[in-house]
Amino acid sequence: MKKQKLNIAVTGLNAIDSPGPGVSVIRALREAASFDTRIIGLSYESLEPGIFMHDLIDRTYSIPYPVAGIDTLYERLQYIQEKENLDVIIPNFDAELYPFIKLEHKLKAMGIHMFLPTLHQFEERHKMNLNDFGKKYNILVPKSKVIYDLHTVHSLVSEFSFPMIVKGKFYDASIAYSIEQVKTYFNKISAKWGLPIIIQEFIHGTEFNVTGLGDGTGKTIAAVPMRKQYITDKGKAWGGISISDEKMLDMTRKFLRATKWRGGFELELMKNKDGELYLLEINPRLPAWIYLAVGVGQNIPEALVNLALGKKVKPFTEYAVGKMFVRYSWDMIVDREEFEQISIYGEL
Amino acid sequence: MKLKKNVAISEAGLLFNPVTGESFSVNPIGIEILNLLREEKSGSQIHDIILEKYSTDKTTLEKDYNDFIGILSHNNLLESDEKAKA
Repeated sequence: MKKQKLNIAVTGLNAIDSPGPGVSVIRALREAASFDTRIIGLSYESLEPGIFMHDLIDRTYSIPYPVAGIDTLYERLQYIQEKENLDVIIPNFDAELYPFIKLEHKLKAMGIHMFLPTLHQFEERHKMNLNDFGKKYNILVPKSKVIYDLHTVHSLVSEFSFPMIVKGKFYDASIAYSIEQVKTYFNKISAKWGLPIIIQEFIHGTEFNVTGLGDGTGKTIAAVPMRKQYITDKGKAWGGISISDEKMLDMTRKFLRATKWRGGFELELMKNKDGELYLLEINPRLPAWIYLAVGVGQNIPEALVNLALGKKVKPFTEYAVGKMFVRYSWDMIVDREEFEQISIYGEL
Repeated sequence: MKLKKNVAISEAGLLFNPVTGESFSVNPIGIEILNLLREEKSGSQIHDIILEKYSTDKTTLEKDYNDFIGILSHNNLLESDEKAKA
């Protein structure tokens, strides 16, 4: 039987040293067993490497940054829809999820399906609300505090001990060993990502991640835990290995059951020397290492697309343990005309 | 003293703990001891086997064996470690 061909748009084409998940998601979609795909890239910058990966992406359109507003994004997507007749969009950045969640119904009316967390889920899991999230769902989380003002930094010494983590509202985190460092990171991160800044208790231990997919009813469709083996200076996994930690899988199932999470996600976990698992962050989208999940037998992006289209998806029950991913960088040779096309006309 | 059941030992001497994702390289004597632990041999049985097979004295063996068990325990590779953490 001939497979259905789907037009799927994907963001996060910045396969750089702190990579977006787009290229990995696309590789997964290319290997989907249940459908064929035409892949449309959605880019923010003209030098996002995915734009020039023509063996993976059929056509790319630039889209406006979230700061331009929801209406501007909607207009651009209307234009793209006229040209490409999209079936599904997979947004892959935290910062763009809010506008996409807001546009979900309007896009569906245009024939574009998505499978995103609800606005409530998106807000509740925000790192600014992690303390309350931990209390509500009885999940161990590091103590954290939201600060808006540099003057409040001095009061932190009575609540936190050094080192402490200084985090941006969307991205970036630094370990501060003194008040001076807290101030420096406060300025640096807030200049890039805005306010507030989140101060978080430092948990000594080993970092793990779990990626997976919730169906929106509390059921776990997929879950794959990974230990980072090679971490870049930006804290990103450049190599990792799939593991079989029941505690992590239990925490993941508990998280999905309790929140009725809808969509892909990544849990950032820290295991301390006593074996206690702390939930550091919930990323409301697929991670850049999602292709490892495909490699161990759980094609999560494929399952996400099928859920978006309202199809029934059987939960994955197993995966290969001890499989590794090792990331690499690769120089592509690109004609200047291609760069011109995407930067001047916003299409390639 | 038992090695955790799910710990994988390759012929080349790579130990993989699937729960933590940690890997360790072990020399041939280490692999031999790990396999004996896996066969649920006691410490004294392992000592007897090693002393019979290799030219070493009891004191050196005991010291090296205890060091090795200490490293395994430190890295949560023994059953007793799992129970202690549960």
